[in-house]
Amino acid sequence: MLSIKNLHASIGGKEILKGINLEVKAGEVHAIMGPNGSGKSTLSAVLAGREDYEVTEGEIIFNGKNLLELSPEDRAREGVFLAFQYPIEIPGVSNVNFLKTALNEIRAYKGLEPMEAKDFLARLKEKQKLVELDGKLANRSVNEGFSGGEKKRNEIFQMAMLEPKLAILDETDSGLDIDALRIVAGGVNKLKSNDNATIVITHYQRLLDYIVPDVVHILYKGKIVKSGPKELALELEERGYDFIKEEIGA
Amino acid sequence: MANEILEEQISGEYKYGFVTDIDADNAPKGLNEEIIRFISSKKNEPEWMLDYRLKAFRYWLTLDEPHWAHVSYQKPDFQEIIYYSAPKPKVQLNSLDEVDPELLKTFEKLGISIEEQKRLSGVESRIAVDIVMDSVSVKTTFKETLSEKGIIFCSFGEAVQEHPELVKKYMSSVVPYTDNFYAALNSAVFTDGSFCYIPKGVRCPMELSTYFRINASGTGQFERTLIIADEDSYVSYLEGCTAPMRDENQLHAAVVEIVAHKNAEVKYSTVQNWYPGDKDGKGGIFNFVTKRGICLEDNSKISWTQVETGSAVTWKYPSVILKGDNSIGEFYSVAVTNNYQQADTGTKMMHLGKNTRSTIISKGISAGFSNNSYRGLVRIAKGASNARNFSQCDSLLMGDKCGAHTFPYIEIKDKSAVVEHEATTSKIGEDQLFYCKQRGIDNEKAIGLIVNGYCKEVLNKLPMEFAVEAQKLLAVSLEGSVG
Repeated sequence: MLSIKNLHASIGGKEILKGINLEVKAGEVHAIMGPNGSGKSTLSAVLAGREDYEVTEGEIIFNGKNLLELSPEDRAREGVFLAFQYPIEIPGVSNVNFLKTALNEIRAYKGLEPMEAKDFLARLKEKQKLVELDGKLANRSVNEGFSGGEKKRNEIFQMAMLEPKLAILDETDSGLDIDALRIVAGGVNKLKSNDNATIVITHYQRLLDYIVPDVVHILYKGKIVKSGPKELALELEERGYDFIKEEIGA
Repeated sequence: MANEILEEQISGEYKYGFVTDIDADNAPKGLNEEIIRFISSKKNEPEWMLDYRLKAFRYWLTLDEPHWAHVSYQKPDFQEIIYYSAPKPKVQLNSLDEVDPELLKTFEKLGISIEEQKRLSGVESRIAVDIVMDSVSVKTTFKETLSEKGIIFCSFGEAVQEHPELVKKYMSSVVPYTDNFYAALNSAVFTDGSFCYIPKGVRCPMELSTYFRINASGTGQFERTLIIADEDSYVSYLEGCTAPMRDENQLHAAVVEIVAHKNAEVKYSTVQNWYPGDKDGKGGIFNFVTKRGICLEDNSKISWTQVETGSAVTWKYPSVILKGDNSIGEFYSVAVTNNYQQADTGTKMMHLGKNTRSTIISKGISAGFSNNSYRGLVRIAKGASNARNFSQCDSLLMGDKCGAHTFPYIEIKDKSAVVEHEATTSKIGEDQLFYCKQRGIDNEKAIGLIVNGYCKEVLNKLPMEFAVEAQKLLAVSLEGSVG
């Protein structure tokens, strides 16, 4: 589904990603871990098409398409979803209206008619339940006045509504208490299927107790320095990032 | 990045810029007593009206143009303007068949129905329209239906002929000709406009609306609107306007007066879309307007809602004098400026009566190289006990070459007053836009969404028919204005 080869990216002339290679297949969950400043958020931003970052080398192929040639909105329409580390507030625009617009834009891209109001409402209800989102939140302005936990939950709700092929969760666990973490993780697990894939970007192991990854990658100084099964995350948790430094002789 | 996109796309298209080739009856250029006599005689006016015009004109001659507004423009040459232009035939039209087909086409293009729609099992909401082209009213619809309820809705010129006692009593009672430079000018040369009287105890069954269109070149439009809501009555009034695209600046200097008697309520909504000039700031309408209402008696209410997207320069402060006890004044405004547009707009709330309340919600949006100012006055007179005001003035900036300014004035002479003022300035963030794009929404739609969200409190106040139009208009005015 996703194939990243030798990806180099920089911001303001400073190189952050220094040759990333990553293969993600449908049905898989990949975790990317790494210390602060290792390039985790840069990777998610580059995948989503944030314009501040310049890709200087390498390629990203997503379901046979060159992702780097697509605009951010077309990437989203192709099925790339980014759950933001810091979700943005849009005052005066209700969640429902926002999602309806997004959903119908994605449908239009695929040559589909706008969704019928009653189908949309049904989906809204179903997915709300999935992430245990208060019905009132759906009618409030996008993220406005939401608590940190509500914002994160809202991201997963949006993800559920838009049914992406590839979901990238950027530090979705940060700022969540244990109950919220369980709900968010539960939502992600329920959305998992053989047709979609998830990349979980996180600093801590604890989210991975709930969302169990197939592969764990360790990102360090802009490169994936180690990949392994889910136990790698535990080892990392136990020994800290220093062991990576020792291992790669940094 | 934002700047590149900003520069690359300043392309908001004005779709009402066409000119109708229509036979018009014009006055010669220039302004003097002869011209005023000409206008008065064209309109077959009684002596008292001519006297009023001449008094206003003589007073106007003693005045200088106001310069306090935060706008700069080439002062109009008042001798270069044609003060009277009427599409022929200027006789009162009785049926649609008598209307010039070119004129019908014009209004079709503008999306305004001159035909009176048949009532469809009571669900179809209907709007009665008075249409003013250049200097005269060309058609008023639903007149008969309204008159069954005793409602008078006609052109101002007609009211002067048929209801002189009402015109004499109320005209100039809210905005005297001595009020300001443009009000004096308007009083001297006004040509037409709408007149509306809602009798005691009547709730007007449909929206009343006036549609203003400037067509002829070199003319100014000086219309006058007078709305009187008698005791226990209610009316919702809409105003729309457009003009052709021309290289010259055309002057529009209107006066609107509203009088609300005991327990009466008037809602006045405007979608102002005069031609704003091209992207280099050439041409466009100078919109210098005096709008004021008076809550004359107890428990009356006047509410102004405006969506201002047009005009090269706007100078406009719809105000309310809260004279009756417990009366309410409201001002809800969205003002959008793009390219080189300039707007200095706001309101005045004059609290005279006891327990009077006013609310001001102003949303300014600036894009391109434009300047957008809010200017408002809240005055609480001595004896206006327990008066309350709440003001909220928000500014939204798009790009980094535009300006937003806020000039709130507060004068309080009574200790029991409670006045609150909130103001914010924000920028449409690249973060917000990126967030939308990441959900599959493109730049243009995202801007529309964000701006409409920002203006929601005001747009919600518009009647349904207008709200949809206003939302579209906002998106069009800001098309490609930010990255």
